[in-house]
Amino acid sequence: MDNNPQPSNSLVSVRNLSFSRGDKKIFDDISLDFERGKITAIMGPSGTGKTTLLRLIGGQLSPDQGSIWVDGQNVHHLRRHELYTLRKRMGMLFQSGALLTDMTVFDNVAFPLREHTHLSESMIRTLVLMKLQAVGLRGARHLMPNELSGGMARRIALARAIALDPMMIMYDEPFTGQDPISMGALAHLIKSLNNTLGLTSIIVSHDVHETSLIADYIYMISESRIVGHGTPEAMRQSNSAWVEQFMTGAADGPVHFHYPAKDYIDDLLSSGKRY
Amino acid sequence: MIQYLQTLGAQTRASFTKLGRATLFLLAVLSGIHSVVPRPKLLLNQLYSVGVLSFLIITISGLFVGMVLGLQGYYTLSDFGAEESLGVMVATSLVRELGPVVSALLFAGRAGSALTAEIGLMKATEQLSGMEMMAIDPLKRIIAPRFLAGLLSLPLLSALFSAVGIIGGELVGSGLLGLDEGAYWSQMQAKLDFQGDIVNGIIKSIAFAFVTTWIALFEGYDAIPTSEGVSRATTRTVVNSAFSILGLDFILTALMFGDH
Ligand SMILES: Nc1ncnc2c1ncn2[C@@H]1O[C@H](COP(=O)(O)OP(=O)(O)OP(=O)(O)O)[C@@H](O)[C@H]1O
Ligand SMILES: [Mg+2]
Repeated sequence: MDNNPQPSNSLVSVRNLSFSRGDKKIFDDISLDFERGKITAIMGPSGTGKTTLLRLIGGQLSPDQGSIWVDGQNVHHLRRHELYTLRKRMGMLFQSGALLTDMTVFDNVAFPLREHTHLSESMIRTLVLMKLQAVGLRGARHLMPNELSGGMARRIALARAIALDPMMIMYDEPFTGQDPISMGALAHLIKSLNNTLGLTSIIVSHDVHETSLIADYIYMISESRIVGHGTPEAMRQSNSAWVEQFMTGAADGPVHFHYPAKDYIDDLLSSGKRY
Repeated sequence: MIQYLQTLGAQTRASFTKLGRATLFLLAVLSGIHSVVPRPKLLLNQLYSVGVLSFLIITISGLFVGMVLGLQGYYTLSDFGAEESLGVMVATSLVRELGPVVSALLFAGRAGSALTAEIGLMKATEQLSGMEMMAIDPLKRIIAPRFLAGLLSLPLLSALFSAVGIIGGELVGSGLLGLDEGAYWSQMQAKLDFQGDIVNGIIKSIAFAFVTTWIALFEGYDAIPTSEGVSRATTRTVVNSAFSILGLDFILTALMFGDH
């Protein structure tokens, strides 16, 4: 049953994936391919399940139906130690950074190296400083995570994610909380990491402008389905109402700003109920 | 009425699933505990924050409990003209019961609640998921060393509690009430049984250490990852530990000292 459906040029493939949280259907039979060596973006309104998708790919959540393949392996059929071996080759940048709060920036970046390798401390120092230099925060190495801003924390987390030289990185909202200068620098960094290290990158982002500058391919997800995909160029020219609304940021269109709810006036008038 | 039964049913089911999760958690931790052996530094750090930092509260409480026992014991025993037995009375009460029980209760409040809050906050801030994605098992890296530290610390702290308490009783007995110091110690040495009292006391404190640390770590790991969730989990740690310690104490006492 584990015959690999992956096209040879994709590193990650999602096949007919369905996933629900309680009664809420997050994904309904979606399929995506992430090509090797390319930057693929996942875009979509807040709450559509972009973070959930990354967690499914990383094997932290299991699909209700369908399968996810990473480098020829079915993520959810792996044994625990096989999954852990695979994860060493997958970097993930969490939306919150997820730095370990009881150690310094330096030790955070050194953490995966110390856990997974037997490198000498001087070697680790060199590697950590290189990674920190890449994200522009070598000078912040003595700080504790609570002394960092949100944007800085995310860049440190990026340095940590690339510490083990993974084959792919999943970025969850790398651009939020960055000022325009570091946003540009970060986009450049993601691009150059991808090209120089031959990584495969998956970016989850709201930031249409910055993302379409660096992405090779874009998937748009809304209301549990893929509503559009293509190169940034093709997406800009798309005449799909979904895609157009998202690319231009219009408030009106098929994508709703509101979480599904009953009629507003009815809701206000139905007094006596607590919720 | 039906509704009441339904809620009751749902709650019972929830408690059982939670017990199931707690058991699986325990098995996973126990099977990962060998990974601490090659990393003694992880264990030392935890022994410090779990054990050494509880030192002061245990010592002071032990001293006062011993002093109170000394006073109360003296008043009661002097009615029978048996003041010389004060040493035996203080020592057996401490070694068999108060040492293990009170120090476990204090430990749950001091170290257990801190463990729950720490683990719960690590979960809420995605540090645990982050570690999983770095292919580092938080059960081995974070939970196992803490479990071992709790298991080692509490028996030692209980022993400390009893020792300090016995000194406290002596201070009151001979210092304040003018009892003969020699009688206090010699009666104690003659009557205190190594197997029956001391070993059983140690077994008790190991059992309490196991249960308290398990509860504290599980509540943190299972907490709803919000500030309210963590605060509730911390409360549950203290309450559930207290119940478990006292209930377990009853059972163990019945088993150990039943035929006296
Ligand atoms: N632990 C959870 N339990 C139940 N539902 C959840 C849980 N986590 C997320 N959800 C639901 O899953 C949906 C998708 O969440 P997710 O975090 O993946 O969204 P997202 O696309 O990353 O949004 P954002 O862009 O705001 O980060 C949301 O509607 C949320 O209500
Ligand atoms: Mg998200």
